[in-house]
Amino acid sequence: MQKLGEHIKKQFPIFSRRINGHPLVYLDNASTSQKPRAVIDALSTYYKTMNANIHRGIHTLSEEATDRYEQTRTRVARFLNAASPTEIIFTRGCTESINLVAATWAAAAIRRDDKIIVSALEHHANLVPWQELARKKRARLDIIPLTAELTLDEKRFHTLLSRKTKLVCLTSQSNVLGTVPPLRRMIKAAHTVGARVLVDAAQSVGHSRTNVHALDCDFLAFSSHKMLGPTGVGVLYAKKEILEMMPPYQYGGDMVESVAQRRSTYRPAPWKFEAGTPNIADVIAFASAIDFLEAIGFDAIQQHDADLLSYARSVFANYHRVQLFVPEGESSSVLSFTVEGVHPHDVATVFDVQAIAIRSGLHCAEPLVRLLGVEATARMSFYLYNTRSDIDRAARALEKVFKVFSLTLPRSGIQPLA
Amino acid sequence: MDLYSETILDHYRYPRHRGSLLRPSARVVQHNPLCGDVIKLDIAVRDSKVVDTRFLGAGCAISQAATSLLLDSIQGKNIRSLERLTRQNVIDLLGISVSKAREQCAQLGLTALQKAITMLKQKRKR
Ligand SMILES: Cc1ncc(COP(=O)(O)O)c(C=O)c1O
Repeated sequence: MQKLGEHIKKQFPIFSRRINGHPLVYLDNASTSQKPRAVIDALSTYYKTMNANIHRGIHTLSEEATDRYEQTRTRVARFLNAASPTEIIFTRGCTESINLVAATWAAAAIRRDDKIIVSALEHHANLVPWQELARKKRARLDIIPLTAELTLDEKRFHTLLSRKTKLVCLTSQSNVLGTVPPLRRMIKAAHTVGARVLVDAAQSVGHSRTNVHALDCDFLAFSSHKMLGPTGVGVLYAKKEILEMMPPYQYGGDMVESVAQRRSTYRPAPWKFEAGTPNIADVIAFASAIDFLEAIGFDAIQQHDADLLSYARSVFANYHRVQLFVPEGESSSVLSFTVEGVHPHDVATVFDVQAIAIRSGLHCAEPLVRLLGVEATARMSFYLYNTRSDIDRAARALEKVFKVFSLTLPRSGIQPLA
Repeated sequence: MDLYSETILDHYRYPRHRGSLLRPSARVVQHNPLCGDVIKLDIAVRDSKVVDTRFLGAGCAISQAATSLLLDSIQGKNIRSLERLTRQNVIDLLGISVSKAREQCAQLGLTALQKAITMLKQKRKR
């Protein structure tokens, strides 16, 4: 534990920042993580020493940039335990990765009266593209409901599955509740009816080891920016046999093999999915983020997350005006909560005055927040640089919320911080 | 904690003009997609004057207090004068400066009111 938390904060320049006169406490990691100096340096080193377009120059710089870009692809493949780097497509982010599948494979494979299944836990990024596709194709969209314990109703999932099911879309960790669905079991079940499975790994990929081979998922999508990497880079993993059948995504330079005036042929996967100049600098810097995470190791990260979550639960559970939304026994890195009589936005504003960054609102998961029966929630989400003392500061900010809003609270009797 | 002034907390705790009208001249339901705040605003107009106005809403202290203050300020006013209301007027009513992120909360009531006025104008044209 000594490796993470306070010690590692020094490697993240942003923590020298003060907000409203206080040192920053950053508890909005499910939105995006902060960046270590190694990643920031990789970005500026690229621009200072190597900047060139890739796949289209024989000069030294272009060759170096191309090598580093393709090395990152190999690095990502190894990180995910993919069979080959050619199973890795770079996109703009998790959202684009999912939309790419919707626009190519799913647009071709899904027909009228077919079924797409999504879970009630999904972020809008893994829900809205499927709503649209289902509408266009006149296919059916089924939702796996939640249990009272805030986990997925697996029984219901099994009854939803049928030969008509072509695609199942599942998050690997809810960005609101932290719920981790039993992916391996669910993927196996989906495959028995011949359905493909897309995993939205945005929330888990920076916190626990991702092994696409062991999962046996068909597609897996995530963003670099939630795992210490730069914004503007996403990954789509897809099984080789599927990629080869998929039509291209966008058309233009780089993705073509040969172009005649009226007809063109396309490069093989993954390059046929990467039209135009990609986000070279950020992709290259993303490799440094993966190196950073792997040097620490996911065992240590998960242990750290678990410690922070259980500490935050125990501290926040002391306040009887606070309701926590988290499955019992789940070890994730997010904790949604509400304060009786105070809107989550007002909670977040009071926290911000104390330089504590949390998220409030619907978290791009409006149907899920509605299921919880609240207007919105406040959410703390943790990462490797957070400490128990960050949570103590959050608890003090929470007491400030009670103080500011005590007028509007129906009962008094705030319990002081233990 | 300047943002949550006595005035704002008072209007949040005891919103003025809470409720709905049986026969409003115009009714608008306005959402803030960012946070799910919602306001239902009813307005009754006679001889171009605001004779009554009510709102029901769920949301943060800023959106609810701003709406309460705004409706308080327009009683008996000629609706033509309401067309000139600006976002700055709402900020002045609140008596605080709000951050960019909270500006949308503060302006929810004004947005609803502006829509209601547009509806009233269209009605009159018909
Ligand atoms: C579970 C989940 N899926 C998808 C996304 C979308 O990621 P991005 O906005 O980077 O495309 C997010 C991030 O907000 C997320 O939490």
